[in-house]
Amino acid sequence: MKLELGYIQINDIQFSKECKVENSTLFVDPDAVKAFMYEDDDVKAWVKDFSFDVAKPGESVRITPVKDVIEPRVKVEGPGGVFPGVISKVDTVGSGKTHVLRGMAVVTAGKIVGFQEGIIDMSGPGADYTPFSKLNNFVVVAEPVEGYQDHKHEYEHAVRIAGLRAATFIGEIGRNVTPDETQEFETLGIKEGIEKYPDLPRVAYVHMLQTQGLLHDTYVYGVDAKRTLTTIINPTETMDGAIISGNCVSACDKNTTYHHLNNPVVKALFAAHGKTLNYVCNIITNENVYLADKQRSSDWSAKLCRLLDLDGAIVSQEGFGNPDTDLIMNTKKIELQGVKTTIITDEYAGQDGKSQSLADADPLADAVVTGGNANEVIILPKMDKVIGTLDYVDVIAGGHAGSLRPDGTIEAELQVITGATNEMGFNRLSAR
Amino acid sequence: MSYKVVHYINQFFANIGGEEMAHVAPELRDGFVGPGMAFNQAWKGEAEIVKTIVCGDSYFAEHEADAKAQVLEWVKAEKPDFFIAGPAFNAGRYGYACATICATVQEELGIPVLTGMYEENPGADLKNKVLMVATANSAAGMRKAAPAMAKLALKMMKGEKIGASCEEGYMPNGIRKNFFEKKVGAERAVDMLVAKLNGKPFTTEYPMPSFDRVAPNPAVKDLSKATIALCTSGGIVPKGNPDHIESSSASHYGEYCIAGVEKLTSEGYETAHGGYDPVYANADPNRVLPVDVLREMEKEGKIGKLHDYFYTTVGNGTAVANAKAFAAEYAQKLLQAGVHAVIMTST
Repeated sequence: MKLELGYIQINDIQFSKECKVENSTLFVDPDAVKAFMYEDDDVKAWVKDFSFDVAKPGESVRITPVKDVIEPRVKVEGPGGVFPGVISKVDTVGSGKTHVLRGMAVVTAGKIVGFQEGIIDMSGPGADYTPFSKLNNFVVVAEPVEGYQDHKHEYEHAVRIAGLRAATFIGEIGRNVTPDETQEFETLGIKEGIEKYPDLPRVAYVHMLQTQGLLHDTYVYGVDAKRTLTTIINPTETMDGAIISGNCVSACDKNTTYHHLNNPVVKALFAAHGKTLNYVCNIITNENVYLADKQRSSDWSAKLCRLLDLDGAIVSQEGFGNPDTDLIMNTKKIELQGVKTTIITDEYAGQDGKSQSLADADPLADAVVTGGNANEVIILPKMDKVIGTLDYVDVIAGGHAGSLRPDGTIEAELQVITGATNEMGFNRLSAR
Repeated sequence: MSYKVVHYINQFFANIGGEEMAHVAPELRDGFVGPGMAFNQAWKGEAEIVKTIVCGDSYFAEHEADAKAQVLEWVKAEKPDFFIAGPAFNAGRYGYACATICATVQEELGIPVLTGMYEENPGADLKNKVLMVATANSAAGMRKAAPAMAKLALKMMKGEKIGASCEEGYMPNGIRKNFFEKKVGAERAVDMLVAKLNGKPFTTEYPMPSFDRVAPNPAVKDLSKATIALCTSGGIVPKGNPDHIESSSASHYGEYCIAGVEKLTSEGYETAHGGYDPVYANADPNRVLPVDVLREMEKEGKIGKLHDYFYTTVGNGTAVANAKAFAAEYAQKLLQAGVHAVIMTST
């Protein structure tokens, strides 16, 4: 399966009645975006109103509480459309051509559904920890209908769909724009791969998807991944939005939809493909809360690694605590099949860094990459402008009573920053 | 004005002699001796060795109390800004002396200390107590070790922020510190995997700890006479979370009275936990803290009594050390209250 990504660089976003991309500036009509979001019945039912804003790198702007971050893309050739099974029909994606509006994102914010929503600072020390401070962000702030507190699942669903629809609308603006740069990605069939690279080690990516419940869900072609068995997916399918975030776990180590679209493990494995290894495929497996599910899913991961005759696998986690057991079960069982692993996780070593970092451990997990200690405390300066609301800073995961100080500064753990300790290895942050 | 430093070395590095002279008692000299010159050079006048203490390795090992007392007396009199020992490379008794004397100076006099040695030196057992720079296993490594130690020492004297072990060159000391790598995590993972596949050396960024497993106590003999307490890491708290237990990384636990409470209601209780879907726990908090079922058992005489208090915290992202400290504290309260057994629910 072969996919060509055409990158259209976006360096600025302007509100305008006309929607277009010109000289790397996106012109977009917020009213048109709003109308497109409201075409969905669930959005209509649960969101009273939307407001829009733009946040640019270096500005004194704080966006919070952030739910999801999404990169606008559009399929210009080949079967299917972006976010299959959710926005587009369920046709298999991952081949043909896709245009990417690079350098920007749609960010959804507004009243929280749960504690897991985050902060994006566009400047200052917090900006160093989130990759989204480097993007031009089209921020969609949702205002829920009255009484939404008793219908959190529905509200979460509506906001998730609204964000994806906004990204789809904006992606469409790039359909007829000539990309600034193109890049091709190809995954071969099993036999073809062995014939082409007989001497290279066969490596797959075991991609763990967070599936613990509300705000802890991930969807694959529209299917709630907690109701799936471990399976195989072409890496390029993920570039067309086959996997989307249900806004899971703490802000610092949730994989947003942006992360799924730009999965750094996929990128790094493609970069090494044909040189130091043969990148076979992605294996997606879930992180459910029941022990039987954990056992079944991790058994299945190991089984597939063996069936694919892999030499090695990279395992990435999402979340922490409970999923640490899934991570260790996967790793241990895959290693016991004779397949060598490297895992990517992050740490909860306490604010003083002295505690044990994971809730589970095994000596077979001897090659670990860490995204850093999420408990480390950071002071975020006051920003001139807040998009969204500061009402929840004290209660989101990583905050504490008094996190938001009277002078407008915030003292909190890195946990509160969207994407700070990402466990796909998106960032340079680490710990020792 | 430059920082005043006292340096500790053994008889060998003071040019007194090798093993045959290891018995010499502590001696105080002015200025630098031997490897101290390299430190002074690296500090370029910003810091300076004012005194050097020389002690035979055997003397230190055989007269540890005396040696410590003598060194402490001299260091105290000098009032230096910093105390540095070694580097000891792979010399076992020297490494032990460096680490031990550093720990003593740090504890007794509150003066910042640093030593350096090979990672397998027995003295490195104290690496979680005393900051130590990892060196080569022989004195041939002096050219690298001295500047590395001097640099870190100067940073410490200036009170600058000390980075992660791999940045600063000290041995991992059990304190995890964040820093920015040159490559992103995914690229590091691929590099590490390729090395592992090719049988080449690689270094894990997080060595797996050995877990302490808790053996269960023997079963309660007669439940019908037992007082049972409910405890949870599922974050059930009185509505409004009066003690502000954090939704993640809890810094404290709550103790709440449930005397006379037949069951938990959604009006009275909720979860503060930020790590699971709260909808079902908020609708019926007994799902996490089963007061209703325990009350029934109490009535049926299956258990003697449900304890009047429950203890609760949020397990989400909470450091193990914190969790352990909470439990150690409220376990005493439970013991004092005559509780026989605890049902601990997690989520």
